[in-house]
Amino acid sequence: MNDLRELYQDLIFDHYRQPRNYGPLEHANRKAEGYNPLCGDKISLAMIVKDGVISDIRFEGVGCAISTASASLMTESLKGKDEGEALNMLKDFQALVTGVAVPDAMGKLTVLAGVQAFPQRVKCATLAWHTMQAALKNTTEPVSTE
Amino acid sequence: MNAHTHSSLESDIKNHLNVQRWRHDFPILQTRLYGKTLVYLDNAATTQKPYTVMEAENHYYRYDNANVHRGIHTLSQRATEAFEYARVALQHLMNAQYAHEIIFVRGTTEAINLVAQSYGRSRFKAGDEIIVSGMEHHSNIVPWQMLCKQVGAILRVIPVDDAGELDRNTYDALLCQRTKLVAITHVSNTLGTINPVKRMIDAAHAHHIPVLLDGAQAIAHLPVDVQDLDCDFYAFSGHKLYGPTGIGVLYGKSALLDDMPPYQGGGDMISSVSFEATTYNKLPYKFEAGTPNIAGVVGVGAAANYLNSIGFDAIVGHEQALLSYATELISEIPGLRIIGNASNKTGILSFVLQGLHPHDIGTFLDRQGIAVRTGHHCTMPLMERFGVPATVRASFALYNTISEVDKLAEAIYQVKEVFK
Repeated sequence: MNDLRELYQDLIFDHYRQPRNYGPLEHANRKAEGYNPLCGDKISLAMIVKDGVISDIRFEGVGCAISTASASLMTESLKGKDEGEALNMLKDFQALVTGVAVPDAMGKLTVLAGVQAFPQRVKCATLAWHTMQAALKNTTEPVSTE
Repeated sequence: MNAHTHSSLESDIKNHLNVQRWRHDFPILQTRLYGKTLVYLDNAATTQKPYTVMEAENHYYRYDNANVHRGIHTLSQRATEAFEYARVALQHLMNAQYAHEIIFVRGTTEAINLVAQSYGRSRFKAGDEIIVSGMEHHSNIVPWQMLCKQVGAILRVIPVDDAGELDRNTYDALLCQRTKLVAITHVSNTLGTINPVKRMIDAAHAHHIPVLLDGAQAIAHLPVDVQDLDCDFYAFSGHKLYGPTGIGVLYGKSALLDDMPPYQGGGDMISSVSFEATTYNKLPYKFEAGTPNIAGVVGVGAAANYLNSIGFDAIVGHEQALLSYATELISEIPGLRIIGNASNKTGILSFVLQGLHPHDIGTFLDRQGIAVRTGHHCTMPLMERFGVPATVRASFALYNTISEVDKLAEAIYQVKEVFK
């Protein structure tokens, strides 16, 4: 049961019940849709990128606790970051949830490290991040975890 | 529980002893996970295997292994006998008129693709219609969509009502001159609904329309009599029948199969080959190109014999008792909604919990040693119909017990507490 507690920490529940930066974003200039066909999770991500910097970011969708909390925490951590920093954070985050490495300076995102004990749930945690990458490229095709 | 009458207590005890005996046949049920004994409730995805199936495969490889229908040597003869003996066991399981109506394929999916590409592609034309239902598994949707693209045929869909039953009136209205085939599931893998297939086949036959039944979820849980049903094709997978994976059966009426072109070319399916012309073999070999999954066939034959030895009266009685007990217990959980409330069901319980995603529930149950399926169950149109992205599905087999249902219910209460 310990790895379950590790996975479902209070901060995860908090962001699942009250996701931050949730809802539509007016004047967004970067958008993408993400979809996990295995569990039916869907996310729409919208950003305002000005001079290469993410000045605002919001998301909408339905998902499990892990994917919703991950999306919420991601939006918090990406505000004010430039595109290069955002993509580096994606790499670090993937390393964190797959247990490959424990990157420095992940802030609140380290709360998702518990996912590494649950390989089936890595896709839940990374869905928002892949969608963010697609949005930076302004991909029109929905991102799929499959 | 309420007080029992004397006779129902007696039958409960007999049932309990039966289940305990059956459980001994399945070694994997002793598995411990995270300090708990495995509670395996994902039987609609695949069933566990009894010793007799594993021993049959092992015995084949240990003593009889050779290619079938070819060699003149003793082992080849033994392998061929074991292979054809299994065909007869399956013929008896589904009461087919002839053993050569049993075609060995990889599984339900290949069986349906075979009918689509051999029967459908050689006969259907632009504007022809194929009827499926709104509760089909993707494997009974996609092969027909592919065929429709190839020949210009049109897919028609029987709607599903709120209880999870097919709309009879729409079905009757859909049957018409343009209809060339009805392809429906015998039992829904997501809802557990047992469709009134006999009546539906009669209605189709009144228009001279053949019917294919997807029996993947029925064959291990109901007595299936293809002659009584009068279905034209019946498809199922061995691994949902306590048999091995990678082996399944297409039953087809002899006259229909005889008229169909081969599905794949190769060895075993021919009588003679020259570079000018090839004469195809007779049934069932015409549809069994290449060296088959011999050990798989032997294994699924052993599974059929295992089920026949227990008998479907005992199996249906036990699984129905589990279903009604579980339905009552689970329904009492606040915020829980059962998806699929048909009046005639097999032991499948799909549900959603308010405010909780099926994936989170699945992970939690897993750490309690309870295996359930979470997701769309390869029935995305049906998920759309009920307005849910996914469900949790508990599906029962003959070795499940009332106490396992209790553990499931307890674990659901616990996950609700954790996520409160």
